[in-house]
Amino acid sequence: MAVYRYPRPASSDITPRRLFFSRRALLGTAAGGVLASGLKPGMALADAPVAASARGWPAAETPTPRDDVTHYNNFYEFGMEKSDPAELSGGFHPRPWQVQVDGLVEHPQIWDLDALSARFGHEDRLYRMRCVEAWSMVIPWQGFELGALLRAAGVKAGAKYVAFTSVVRPSEMPGQRGGLFSLRWPYVEGLRLDEAMHPLTLLATGVYGEALPAQNGAPIRLVVPWKYGFKGIKSITRITVTDKQPPTSWNQMAPEEYGFYANVNPDVDHPRWSQSSEQIIGEGSLFRTARRPTRLFNGYAEQVASLYRGMDLRKDF
Amino acid sequence: MAPPSSGRRRRSRFSPLTRQVFLYLFCLIPAVSDIAQGMANTLGPNPVSVCLHDFGRWAFRFLLISLAISPLRRFAGLDFMVYRRPLGLLAFSYAALHVVFYVGVARHFDTHVLWKDFTSRPFLTFGVLTFLILLVLALTSTRRAIIALGRRWAKLHKLVYVAMILASVHYAIAFKTWHTEPFIYAAIAVALLSLRLVPKPGKRPV
Repeated sequence: MAVYRYPRPASSDITPRRLFFSRRALLGTAAGGVLASGLKPGMALADAPVAASARGWPAAETPTPRDDVTHYNNFYEFGMEKSDPAELSGGFHPRPWQVQVDGLVEHPQIWDLDALSARFGHEDRLYRMRCVEAWSMVIPWQGFELGALLRAAGVKAGAKYVAFTSVVRPSEMPGQRGGLFSLRWPYVEGLRLDEAMHPLTLLATGVYGEALPAQNGAPIRLVVPWKYGFKGIKSITRITVTDKQPPTSWNQMAPEEYGFYANVNPDVDHPRWSQSSEQIIGEGSLFRTARRPTRLFNGYAEQVASLYRGMDLRKDF
Repeated sequence: MAPPSSGRRRRSRFSPLTRQVFLYLFCLIPAVSDIAQGMANTLGPNPVSVCLHDFGRWAFRFLLISLAISPLRRFAGLDFMVYRRPLGLLAFSYAALHVVFYVGVARHFDTHVLWKDFTSRPFLTFGVLTFLILLVLALTSTRRAIIALGRRWAKLHKLVYVAMILASVHYAIAFKTWHTEPFIYAAIAVALLSLRLVPKPGKRPV
């Protein structure tokens, strides 16, 4: 099975994490047994060697510390402050969990989360995350390609888009109670079918080697690294293949400010702020933030620019 | 004949100036606390943003408190007039910290970016105008300036009402969605400004 190659920091740049490494060491010792017993290759992918490919990535780029990744979140279902999701998600129960896959597919199915993991396994993906608010992180996700799930479901002819729906549980998600001015629930997102099938597009079930914490979108979320973070819908309950462009939450909230595509683009400013550079979370000091220029498609232009050939990225922002 | 001293008023052991300085220094504690925590790295993943926003909110709070002084005297008979100047200067000081954190720490004094920010981001335009007014008011709050400006001083310092309105808009439109807190602050601001519209009995034409 071919391992999808994508630009990532050199393996030597990965911050050592005791848990992360102990898990990898465990898998490493188990790998021989796994191969010998003829288990699915997907199981061994988690321990795939980190390719030396660092094309397009500054050598100094390191994963954002785990505490920052899990304590600086936009997840309005739990509250509007960055610290709210970690603080107010204690009552959320990500298990048991089902994901309904339906619409224009040959095999509509309600998947149990464990069945999804068993079927599609998981692999490590170290991705840059660029928030529309002009800050960024580098996050080691574990998950599987959305394309694999869609291929298994059998996309029918005429399908053009994939719609995603998140969870509505006001009793467990304080941000869904009241919140006069907040978003409409459930949070919904969408991708064009070719974007959804792209090998970079990930359904993540883990981060930093552990199951996703509630604040990061437990138990399963979308990660589309060349788009602004809000496209990465969290706590997914439904994936619907469709022939119409689906509504997306932030676009409904403010259509002039958040487009359907939301591709990272330093040349197309948000109407209320510049997107030309970004603050690097987890670096810098109290007296000087760390900033760097933002790159087209968040540095993944080589992989995804062809999807948008001939499109006016200013119009379809 | 000297006027009889007010019996119910307890004389402070400290001079008005000493009390003003005490109040000012005491109210700088939130700033010192934020900066100390930021340096100790206990403000979370984005300490700059925490400081920036805390300083902005404290500036707003001190602006509100300084605007409450004259209604308190007029409608509640409580005289804190001696503290109005340090409260106004606290509003300015926190606003200045807020601006320094934005311009220097967050934006690295990049004049190109800042110019674009201030001209194309409405909430920042409102913020800049607010700060310019507070700057003028702070610079003209010395005894010498008050004497030099005479009657015009009171007129000039009515600009604080404009600053209050601009700051309310700045805070309300600074977020991706509408937040509740800015509207609570704005409501208090509107209430305090409205009290100025209540006609004074002595001045009412008969």
